[in-house]
Formats: sequence, structure tokens, C-alpha cells
Amino acid sequence: MSRVERATRSSRIGVALVTAALVVLALAPFWGDRQTLRLLAEMLTFVALASLWNLLAGYAGLVSVGQQAFVGLGGYLLFALAILLEVHPIAAILIAGPIGALVAVPVALLIFRLRGAYFAIGTWVVAEVFRLLASQISVLGGGSGTSLPAAVVVAMAPNRQMREFEIYWLALALTAIVLGAIVALLRSRHGLALTAIRDNEQAAQSNGIDVWRIKFIVYVLTAFATSMIGALIFLQKLRISPDTAFSVNDWTAFVIFITVIGGIGRIEGPIIGTIIFFMLRQTLADLGSLYLLMMGAVAIAVMLWAPKGLWGIFAERLGWQAMPLRRHLMLEETVGKP
Amino acid sequence: MQWFNVVLQGVLIGGLYAMFAAGLSLIFGVMRLVNIAHGDLIVLAAYISLIVTQAMGVDPLTSLLLVVPVMALIGYALQRGLLNRTLGEDLLPPLLVTFGLSIIIQNGLLELFTADSRRLQAGTIEILTFQVTQSVWVGALPLIQFGVAVAAVAGLQALFYKTALGRAFRATSDDQSVAQLMGLDTRHVFAMAMALSLAIVAIAGVFLAIRTNFDPAIGSARLIFGFEAVIIGGLGSMWGTLAGGIILGISQAIGAQIDPGWQLLAGHIVFLAILAVRPQGLFPKVSG
Repeated sequence: MSRVERATRSSRIGVALVTAALVVLALAPFWGDRQTLRLLAEMLTFVALASLWNLLAGYAGLVSVGQQAFVGLGGYLLFALAILLEVHPIAAILIAGPIGALVAVPVALLIFRLRGAYFAIGTWVVAEVFRLLASQISVLGGGSGTSLPAAVVVAMAPNRQMREFEIYWLALALTAIVLGAIVALLRSRHGLALTAIRDNEQAAQSNGIDVWRIKFIVYVLTAFATSMIGALIFLQKLRISPDTAFSVNDWTAFVIFITVIGGIGRIEGPIIGTIIFFMLRQTLADLGSLYLLMMGAVAIAVMLWAPKGLWGIFAERLGWQAMPLRRHLMLEETVGKP
Repeated sequence: MQWFNVVLQGVLIGGLYAMFAAGLSLIFGVMRLVNIAHGDLIVLAAYISLIVTQAMGVDPLTSLLLVVPVMALIGYALQRGLLNRTLGEDLLPPLLVTFGLSIIIQNGLLELFTADSRRLQAGTIEILTFQVTQSVWVGALPLIQFGVAVAAVAGLQALFYKTALGRAFRATSDDQSVAQLMGLDTRHVFAMAMALSLAIVAIAGVFLAIRTNFDPAIGSARLIFGFEAVIIGGLGSMWGTLAGGIILGISQAIGAQIDPGWQLLAGHIVFLAILAVRPQGLFPKVSG
């Protein structure tokens, strides 16, 4: 008799901590001021973006430097739906997901022909194409972009405070759903396949895993969620332009740094990475471009000397996991006393 | 006649794109490394030339005598000191390290030179033109640039197949461990390949900077042009890379003729179309 267990003592503590953190975050409008709420909402969107990139690069081996394509697509869908079709912004965010996934299908069919690093640059080309197309849309301001009309914003909630609460809760809910979905995916059969691909693609293939299909599914699902997050980000900003929507620095460089520093290929990495990234930003942002230069150097250093990131160092030394993801084979004599 | 002119200008600019691409293609061929910082290194070369021209009062083409060896040295040091450590089975480290490098170069240049756009002045040669037909004129500079691109590609080709260094490149490209067993120091071979790559980058950077305004942020677009030329031409083929650059140049020129907003888009669309119908490129040599 043997069985597979996922939960460990640390993951039970982890789940309890995550639940507690969710409650505290959900109540943030009652304990935080406007600044705190804004910062938290921004952090939440980065946790979501980094977790999605981590799923792509860390698990499925799809190193994309073009996820800004879907962030921008989501943002533009929000503006197009809200301005041209008078759709409620929250409904627009929900619609952005499936459209993003739909767009991702032909994109994937095309760029999956490129391998490894060439795939990475291919994703970038796609994002550039999206940016150039967006600057051709004259009803949305062309190259200089446009603002969300006051009427659309006012219709969301009776007053500004309620609107800010609404957007914050939306960010929290979306991020929680994205993280929950990633955990659920990784715990499923497909997750086992993904982890196998992460560890050794050839071995995974020879064990009967349809690597191409799983990667395709992950790419499309990631585009789905990234588009929704993108729509949400530009609902927070209330203004969009091709350069901000499809910015490789904001939506890819930062996201990669966050994931690499926190720990790639682990669900906890992007969360830890986001906290570190924002702590550094709050203290060093005055340095401007020097700050980015330092982030680049830190990311290189981490990649060379601690390729599993900060969380990786802890997790490996202490066997910690915040979510019950790893499968432990429990033999008969150990069953029941983990 | 107007279209003949458009295509001709496209061909000439295509030479520049081929130079962006040749360095990328070379290091990919030798060590399967894709350098995301490639475009930013082109811009770095432009700024080094700017310093040299200002400090020594020489024209940009003469500054190449200094910029090329400096960039080659940077390439050798970069490969020996940093990039060699990232090579291996895992794709992620080289990709992320060169991505980090790209951010560092870009922001370093921003810090040193601000975001103002600059330009290299080449003097009277810039306005020198030849009349081809009654309505078609060709600038001396684009012609020189195209000639240099063809020479660079031919030179690389000769180096690859006629010299001991080229033999070492091909050997490590085919099988790194066997090359090592035959007594080749692959770390040195890789560093030489990167040095050569950045020597071409130096030439490309200077010609780019004479042709257009530049600022620290324009590197990534050059990386993308170079990458598109490599894929259109087919991985590992030097003459294919030149053809890829020319096809990209012509596409952009035709796009720009139809609508200025379509210049870059047309290039990307032709690239994606070729990827769709012929993913191995037009003249493939090695498989990715």
C-alpha cells in the first residue's frame, strides 16, 4: 500500500497563511489609505502577470518576451468596447479574456514554428505588430492614444471612493482567480505533464506526453488571463497609448525580473519577487534609469549564481512549499505520519 | 520608375539589415546563442563612434578604425567573463542574461547621454549622389553601406570556409565536445565568435548612426530587424541573411510608399508570412 500525498506541514501552514493574507487584503479598503490601495492593486496585477509568465517560461518552457502583446490587447479591448460599444468596463474585462485567447490561437500556430530563443524574439515581433496596428486605429487616438471618457468612468460607481474600492477588489479577485487556476492546473494531470516538461522535455515526450499540445494550451490560457489583467491595468490607468500598452519594459522586463529574482518554476517565486521588486522601487525609484540598470544587474547575478531565485534557495534548504503542489510518494510504513 | 526607385532604396537599406543580422547569425551558428542585447550593442557602437568623432575630430567612417577593435574587445570580454557561464542545455540563462544586459546597456546609455537623439555627421559624402536614370538618383553613402554589407558577408563566408578560425567555428558548431577533444579551447572559440559578431555590429552601428537619428531606446527595433532577416534568409546561411535583409528592406520601402505608417508593419507582415509558408527560411543551412 502506498499513496501520493501533496500536502506537507509547510504547505498546510502556507495555505493557512495565504487564506489569512487574502482576508487581510480583501479588507484593505477599510485599513489602507488611497495610496496604499493603489500600490496594492498595482502589486496584485504584477503578481498575476509574473505568475502567468512563470507558467509559460518556468513550466512550459515557452520563454516569451512578448507578453505585452496581450496586456496591450486587453487594454485596447477595454477602451474599444467601452468607448465604441458602450460596454460596462467590468463586462469589457471579462470579454477581453476570450478574445485574447482567440487571438492567441493563430499567433501560437505561427510562432510555435520557432524554437527556444528565436521563439522569444518571435513573440516580440508579434507584440510590435500589435503596437503598430494599435497606432493605426484613429478612433482610439492613433499613435498618441486616448483617455477613458468621464461618462464611462462615472457610470461605474456613484462616487470616486467606491470606484477605487471596486477596481481594487477587482484586481484582488482577478489575481486570486489567476493564482487559484494556476495551482489547480498544476495539481491536475496536465500539471504533472507540465512539471515533467519543465524538468526534461525529451523525457516527457518519450513518456507519451503530447508536448506541443500542452504548450499550446498553456499559451492560449495564459493569453486569456493576460488580456484580462491588461484590461484591468488600463482601467486603473484610465489612459492608453500604443507605447504604454505594448511596453516591453513595463510588461515584460519587470515581469521577468520579478520572476527570476523570486524564483522561476515555482508558484511562490512571483509573489516573493513582486514584494522585493516593489520594496526596491519604493526606495530606489528616484534613481530613474540607474534603478533599471541595477535591476538588470541583479537579475543577471541571480540567474548566474542562484538560478532558482530567492524562494528556490529557501525551498531547497528547508523543503518548504506554500501550496500543496509537489507529489510525495508515501510508502506503507509512512502513510498517516507525514 | 517610381517603384523601381522604391525597390532600389529598399535593397540598399537591406544591406544595413543584413549587417544587423550577420552578427546574430554568426553566434547562433557557432554556439546556439541568441543575443537579445544585440540591438543595444549596435546603439552602443554608435555612441562610441560619437565620442571618437567628437574627441578626435575625425569623420565617422574613419572612427571605424577605433570603434571596430573596441567593440570586438568588448565582445571577447563579454563572452569570456559572462556569457560562457550561461551556455548549456538550459535555454533560459543565456536568454535572460542577455535580456538583462540589454536593459543595462540601454539605461546606462540613457544615464550617460540622456534621451536626446543624436546623429553622426559624415560631411560632404552624405549629399553626394549619382544619377542612375533620368528620375532615379542613388546616394553615395547608401551605396558604400551596401558594398560594405556585401563585403562583410563575403568576408564572413571566406573566414568560415577558408581559415583555421573558421574551421574551429564549424567544428564547435557541429559538436562542441568532440571539438574540445581535438584540442580546441571552446571558451576561446566562442569568445572569438562574439568578438567577430561585435566587430560587424560596430560597422552596422556607425552606418546606422550616419543614416538616421539615434537615441538609447532604438536598439530593440534593430534586434528585431536583424532577427527577421536571419529567419527569412534561413538559419546559418550567410548569403541567405543578406537576401533576408534585402527582402525586409524592400518590404519596408514598399510599405512606406503605400502609407508611412505601414513601413515597419509591412516588414513584420512579410516576415510572418514567410514564417507561415516556409518556416525554415529561404536558404536554410542548420536546424534550430
